[in-house]
Amino acid sequence: MGLLSSKNKEVLVGPLSTNNPVIVQMLGICSALAVTSKLEPSIVMGISVTAVVAFANVIISLLRNTIPNRIRIIVQLVVVAALVTIVSEVLKAFAYDVNKQLSVFVGLIITNCILMGRLEAFALGNGPWESFLDGIGNGLGYALILVIVGFFRELLGSGTLLGFQVIPEACYKLGYVNNGLMILPPMALIVIAVIIWVHRSRNKELQEN
Amino acid sequence: MKALRNYLDKIKPNFEEGGKLAMFGSVFEGIETFLFVPNTTSKSGVHIHDSIDSKRTMTVVIIALLPALLFGMYNVGYQHNLAVGADPGFLMTFIFGFLAVLPKIIVSYVVGLGIEFAVAQVKKEEIQEGFLVSGILIPMIVPVDTPLWMIAVATAFAVIFAKEVFGGTGYNVFNVALVTRAFLFFAYPAAMSGDQVWVRTADTFGIGAGTVVDGFSGATPLGQISIAAKDSFHGIVNVIGEPVSTWDAFIGLIPGSIGETSVLAILIGAVILLYTGIASWKTMISVFVGGAVMSVIFNMIGTTVSMDTSVLDQLFLGGFAFGAVFMATDPVTSARTETGKYIYGFLVGAMAIIIRALNPGYPEGMMLAILLMNVFAPLIDYYVVGANINRRINRVKLDK
Repeated sequence: MGLLSSKNKEVLVGPLSTNNPVIVQMLGICSALAVTSKLEPSIVMGISVTAVVAFANVIISLLRNTIPNRIRIIVQLVVVAALVTIVSEVLKAFAYDVNKQLSVFVGLIITNCILMGRLEAFALGNGPWESFLDGIGNGLGYALILVIVGFFRELLGSGTLLGFQVIPEACYKLGYVNNGLMILPPMALIVIAVIIWVHRSRNKELQEN
Repeated sequence: MKALRNYLDKIKPNFEEGGKLAMFGSVFEGIETFLFVPNTTSKSGVHIHDSIDSKRTMTVVIIALLPALLFGMYNVGYQHNLAVGADPGFLMTFIFGFLAVLPKIIVSYVVGLGIEFAVAQVKKEEIQEGFLVSGILIPMIVPVDTPLWMIAVATAFAVIFAKEVFGGTGYNVFNVALVTRAFLFFAYPAAMSGDQVWVRTADTFGIGAGTVVDGFSGATPLGQISIAAKDSFHGIVNVIGEPVSTWDAFIGLIPGSIGETSVLAILIGAVILLYTGIASWKTMISVFVGGAVMSVIFNMIGTTVSMDTSVLDQLFLGGFAFGAVFMATDPVTSARTETGKYIYGFLVGAMAIIIRALNPGYPEGMMLAILLMNVFAPLIDYYVVGANINRRINRVKLDK
């Protein structure tokens, strides 16, 4: 079996669209609402979660035959907590401002439903390489949604992207005003709902009756 | 009338399936049933025949809104004249206000009906008539200086996300016009609150304008109340600093959203709605009772100016009366059960005064109170029905 057999490719690519953790499985919505008012924290949050899911998946997958079934959640939490602490320290060292914007939500990656879901559903039953791909896929699927939401919220809410002014000054002179609702969390919910709407209308097999 | 009927019958085949204008079929259907009561009746299930259908109901609501709208137009001009110290006479005052308000009505209808028509055509359904009322409500609950493009954006948002995604007219959880206002309020707070937007000081299509008089302040009475300190407050004033009495608030010559200021005009509308049986007097009365009870309670506490405001002032100022008569009684989003209407109305009124008194960030609480209670209306109905069932079960047990 090659490193990127068709099954592995599905494991990696599936979570980007038809099995997306946020818009199909409805996991990790809370942090997607909280950190996406600007594009930069969305990207950093996406990368952080991707890193944590990928390595937690690998570690749990390596340990899967030695973890007693009854205490597996505790072991998973310890592994995730250790990884989140590392990510948090790295962010503090190299991206202090973003870390401050993300505030408590970096620590809350521990409780992100996607992590527990992937560890329980995938890493406990698959080898390390598949688990790594699965972690990367799901992390990127999560990051993709965060970036889309962050893009629209920052563009329409602040008129900037990554902190640079995008909407020209002339528009403001003509009377354009940034949409303050976009900065507030309810609008993140609506933007995600619109993404789900578009996604389901393009993938008819996902529509519930 | 006859000629119109004949004309419609003549052009009708064009719009039917296979006709060359079939893509506008639902538009034609909508206009035809708006002009003439349709002949079709329901064929299956339980139904009661009545001479009135929902298009006719909506028309009556619009007629009931007209006094408040016309007065609102006059008041827009009146406030402008006060601000610039001019007196161009009754007619010019009204024309100023008419020209200031008309574009808002047009924008609201064009955007809202445009979306409704498009959705109806895509879903191959009849055009739903719900927006006839929402479209006139929206311009009446915004300040006169709200830019048109904001109204367009907010109307589009409300029609799509508060109505069409739930299934269209009759299925919406929230009052569409209030969602429009809530969207404007949170998205563009600078254009919806403060003391710069309620009185137009610039010209309207070249009419009016002038130098703003000394001592002008465009704050609404509720705006003044919410920021005033208790020991230095000497009563609410109008835009040029003269005191405002409860009677002025009743007549409505005070700054505020376009249609909401005159309790008198709103009461005329209320009489029309109640006489035709379209709005529920139970909801309407209990909103006022709820507001009055809550004002009395706050009067007893009385630590801020807002708490100290008299009961009549609380009910006459701001959008309280407008919300009670035209918004809380919306048959779709309010409670359906008869007991539920009392509970729903009482809580709307009480909540509006609580928000006014306890949150200085929101001088007016009517919009948020009604939207909040819209969420709870189905729950109230659920428990009222449940209680009724329990009562009757107990009665059966007693008889045995």
